[in-house]
Amino acid sequence: MGRRVAIVGTGHSKFGVRNDVNIPELAYEAIRQALDEAGIEKKDIDLVVTGYVGGWSSEGLAPVVVMEYAGLTGKPAYRIEAACATGSAAIKTAHDAVAAGEADIALVVGVEKMNESPTPTVVEFIGRAGNYFWEFENFGLTFPGYYALYATAYMQKYGATEEDLCKVAVKNHYYASFNPKAQFPRQITLEQCLKSRYIAWPLKLFDCSPITDGAAAVVLASEEIAEKLTDSPVWIEAIGVSSGTSNLSRRPYFTNLPAAKIAAQAAYKKAGIDPENPVKYLDLAEVHDCFTIAEIMAYEDLGFAKPGEGYKLIREEQTYIGGVIPVNLSGGLKAKGHPLAATGISMAVDLTRQLQGRVEKGRQAEIKHGRALAHNIGGTGHYAYVTIYSLSKPRSA
Amino acid sequence: MSTQREQADLFLAQVEQFANTMKESVGIPVVMDQKTGVRMWWDQREIKLKFLISIEKTFKFFEALAEGKLLATKCKKSGKIYFPPQVDCPDDPSDEAEWVELPKEGELLTWTVIYTKPYSFGHYPDYTVGIARLTNGVQVLAWVRETDPSKLKAGMPVKIEIVRRQPENYLTYEIVPVTEKQ
Repeated sequence: MGRRVAIVGTGHSKFGVRNDVNIPELAYEAIRQALDEAGIEKKDIDLVVTGYVGGWSSEGLAPVVVMEYAGLTGKPAYRIEAACATGSAAIKTAHDAVAAGEADIALVVGVEKMNESPTPTVVEFIGRAGNYFWEFENFGLTFPGYYALYATAYMQKYGATEEDLCKVAVKNHYYASFNPKAQFPRQITLEQCLKSRYIAWPLKLFDCSPITDGAAAVVLASEEIAEKLTDSPVWIEAIGVSSGTSNLSRRPYFTNLPAAKIAAQAAYKKAGIDPENPVKYLDLAEVHDCFTIAEIMAYEDLGFAKPGEGYKLIREEQTYIGGVIPVNLSGGLKAKGHPLAATGISMAVDLTRQLQGRVEKGRQAEIKHGRALAHNIGGTGHYAYVTIYSLSKPRSA
Repeated sequence: MSTQREQADLFLAQVEQFANTMKESVGIPVVMDQKTGVRMWWDQREIKLKFLISIEKTFKFFEALAEGKLLATKCKKSGKIYFPPQVDCPDDPSDEAEWVELPKEGELLTWTVIYTKPYSFGHYPDYTVGIARLTNGVQVLAWVRETDPSKLKAGMPVKIEIVRRQPENYLTYEIVPVTEKQ
C-alpha cells in the first residue's frame, strides 16, 4: 500500500503524577523534543494525529487545545481513540495517511492526564471500558478485575503461581530503574510484590500498572523525506490489527487474547517473520503489561512461548537481556507507567531509540537483527495492535 | 469502618475545604500537591453523570427476571444464541431473533474478588465477579455468592439465581456455587 513510512523523530515526557503541568504543557514536552530530533519546523508538518482517551481529565477536545498551545492550529487534525491501544491506532492512522500520499510529514501525539480525577473516579472510568450495560452497571468490574479473570483462568489451567506473576513486575521495575522517564524508576523485590495488598484477587498492587500522566510523540515521514532528514530512520515495517468482543463473557477462552494472536499473525506475515519462531527475527519487544498476567499472555499470543508455557519464560528469566527475547526494557506499562493514549507511542519512541542504540546503559538491547516489536492492547483485548519497527527499509510499502 | 465511597467523599471534602479557605484569603481556588507542593486549580464546576439507556427492544429480558427466568435471544434459522440478548441477527439479516429461556445450571470458569472498587460501587462490601458456562454453552458474567476466592474451583458446579440487588432494590442475576449438601 503506497509509500514506505519511517519514524524520523521521537519525544517523550517524564511519566508519573504530573501535577506540575496541564494537558497542553505536558503534550508540548514530547512534541518539542520530537520536532527537534527530526530537525523539522512546525511549517513542515502536513498532518497532526492526536491520541487521547480522556474522561478523567478536563479537556474534552484535547487535540485542538494541544495544537493551539504548540502553534499548530490550522493543520489537518483529528483525535484517535482505541482505549489503551490509542497510541498505536494513532500511529497506524498517520502511517496510512503518509503511505497514501496525503501527507509527507505527520506528527503523532499521545497525551493523558489521568491524575486530574481522584483514584476511585479513574477506576470507575476504566472499569466502564468494556460493555458498560452488561458487565459494569450490575457487576462493577474494574480493569484489575477483568485481568484477574484472565489470571485465575490461566493459573487454574496451567499451574502458574502468584510468584510467577510477580517475577514480571520485578523484571519490569528492574529495567525501569535505568529509565529516567519512568514513573517508578526503582527496583522492587519479589517479596515486596508478594506481600502487596490485593486489588482484585489474585492480582496485587505490584501486579498492576499505575495511574499515569504522560505524553509521547513521533514524527513520521515518507520514504523520500525520511532519507533526507536522517541517516538512521526507523521504518514501520508492518502493523497487524484486530479486535475482540466488548463482553468478556463472549470470548472463547480466558487464558489468552484472541485479537492479539490475529494481530501478531498479520504483522508477521507482512514482515516475512516466521510465526513459529519470531524471536529469531527480533532484538526486543515492548508488550502491553497493564497487569503482570498480560505480559505472560503476550509471550504466548506473540509466539515467544507455546500456549500454557508463557510463565516458564519469566520463571527462567528468558525475557531479560541475554535471554530468548528481552521484553519491556523501558520498564513496561507496569513500571514506566501507562498514560493510556501515550502508551503505544511511548513504545514506538523507546523501540526507535533502542534500535538506534541510544537508550540508557543497563537497558540497551543488543541489536543484531535490527527489528523490534510493539504489542499494544486496548481494553481487555478489545483492540490489538502489533507493530514491527525495523532499521532496514521494508521490501514493500 | 467507613466504605470506600465514604473515604473518597471525605478526601474530596477536605480538599474542597482547603480550596474554600484559599478563595477567602487570596481569591483563588488553589490547592497544593501534598508530595511536591505544586499548585492546582480546584475545579469550580461539577456534573452528575447518570444515563438513560433504552431497554425498549429487550424489555422481555427484564420482565422475565420477575418470573425467575434468565432469557437470551436465538436466531431462528441459524440457531445461534445471544447472551447478552440482542434483537438482530447480523450473520443473516433475513433471520429473526426469538426469546428463549437459558438453563440455570453450569460450571464456573473463572472469578476475581474486587477489593479496590469503582466510585459508584464504593458503598458495597468486597464482591466476587465470575464467569459461568451454562449447560448449553452460553457464558454468563455476574457476581458470585462467595467472597473467599480459595473456596472456588475452576469447573465447579454453579447455578444462576435471580436476585434483588440491595440497597438499590432491583432485579438482577447471580452465580451461586452448588455445594454437595444441596
